[in-house]
Amino acid sequence: MDDSKIKIKAFLSQFFQTAELKENDDIFALGFVNSLFAMQLVTWVEKEFGIQIEDEDLDIENFNTIAAIADLVARKGRLAQSA
Amino acid sequence: MEIELTQQQQRERDNFRRFASAEIEPYADQADREGRFSQEALRKIAESGRLGGILPMEWGGRGMDMITYGLLHEEMGKACSSARSIITVHDMVAMAILKWGNERQRKRLLPGLASGKSIGAFAVSEPNVGSDAKSIETTATRSNGSYILNGSKKWITGGQIADLFLVLARCENKPSAFLVERDRPGFSVEPITGLLGLRASMAAEISFHQCEIPPENLIGRVGFGLMSIVVTALSLGRYSVAWGSVGIAQACLDACIRYTSRRRQFGALLKEHQLIQEMIAEMTANLKAARLLCYHAGRLKQEGDSREIMETFVAKYFASRAAMRAASDAVQIHGANGCASEYPVQRYLRDAKVMEIIEGSSQISQLLIAKYAFQEHERSESEIAVSGETMNFSSP
Repeated sequence: MDDSKIKIKAFLSQFFQTAELKENDDIFALGFVNSLFAMQLVTWVEKEFGIQIEDEDLDIENFNTIAAIADLVARKGRLAQSA
Repeated sequence: MEIELTQQQQRERDNFRRFASAEIEPYADQADREGRFSQEALRKIAESGRLGGILPMEWGGRGMDMITYGLLHEEMGKACSSARSIITVHDMVAMAILKWGNERQRKRLLPGLASGKSIGAFAVSEPNVGSDAKSIETTATRSNGSYILNGSKKWITGGQIADLFLVLARCENKPSAFLVERDRPGFSVEPITGLLGLRASMAAEISFHQCEIPPENLIGRVGFGLMSIVVTALSLGRYSVAWGSVGIAQACLDACIRYTSRRRQFGALLKEHQLIQEMIAEMTANLKAARLLCYHAGRLKQEGDSREIMETFVAKYFASRAAMRAASDAVQIHGANGCASEYPVQRYLRDAKVMEIIEGSSQISQLLIAKYAFQEHERSESEIAVSGETMNFSSP
């Protein structure tokens, strides 16, 4: 896993067990999602990766797996400069 | 960690305090008795830039930072909780549009909300639905490119006077956010009177009967209403209620200090009696702790830290309970006078009770805060794990 995916997985681990979570596992299908979690995820992604999540980004497909979140972050153009 | 106010924030707080004590507080008891907030006072709030003041300057707001915003809500809450609540719901609508509206919606709506020409209200609660917002019964059905709303919303602060309502409705069976203008056919407003507290908050029940709205009134996407409305807007509302509760607690302490410094029993001023001092000490310590929690939540909000959502829950939970205890003790200290309308402490008590219920009840807060405690534990564990895994990437 690259750096951003490790960070995403670590963030998710606060909310549910991620030891077995693969980067393409659907976290919503696992039943973890609620609006409060979703908002914390969006806020965290915005700050951690320095991007703005907007109206048009609010698509389950952008947030349902570690890989999808990492892709969204990369697409939004400014991947974490921490590497 | 910086917890001192900047000079600018101190100046703003002094301005808010002067404004609230001159324009709002003197009329608060009357507003409470009559169950009506004066339109004149609301106009003054708007003209002074304190309605929608949280909006960025590019939209006509004051671009208040989150601490300054908190200070405004403490001062307004201290003067009149009803006034604070009307500002709050207005700003919740503005911020939901700012964050989740599209550019056209922002251009169309934010300037009016920033100037106060258009008053916003927030409509989630229903006769059958409170904390469990995802179970709302109001529906929005697509028809010929428009949406048709049916259902009703209850306990809508500012509902009697608002021009623009942010409404949570079920669309394609998913909670979704819509804007409804007051003059839409099929939209009606019924004032709610005789409330325990926030009596002048212009609360209303609103109803939709085949109320047609255009597609551009959908905020965000269908199915994301809980996220855009319930979380973004309510988190701001909760932050305001936390600060407003600090304001109530401060008002209680101020009232008690004045009263006990003047009234004598058994040949001594009340403030010289130790059991009175015990209540003053509790009030003081809880007030200071509540204010610090609010500063902490505000700082996280300002920084865009994802913990702000739960830290705001913690602040609101603690501050609303502190306000309730302070108000209960304030009435106790005032004795029979505390039960009478000549003293404001009975109003503080009634308003404080409402603070424990709105924007996340104490019980909902307890459930979430307990869960948060476990998350924080996991976070500290995972931070150690991440720092281990990323060690090879870091330089030097």
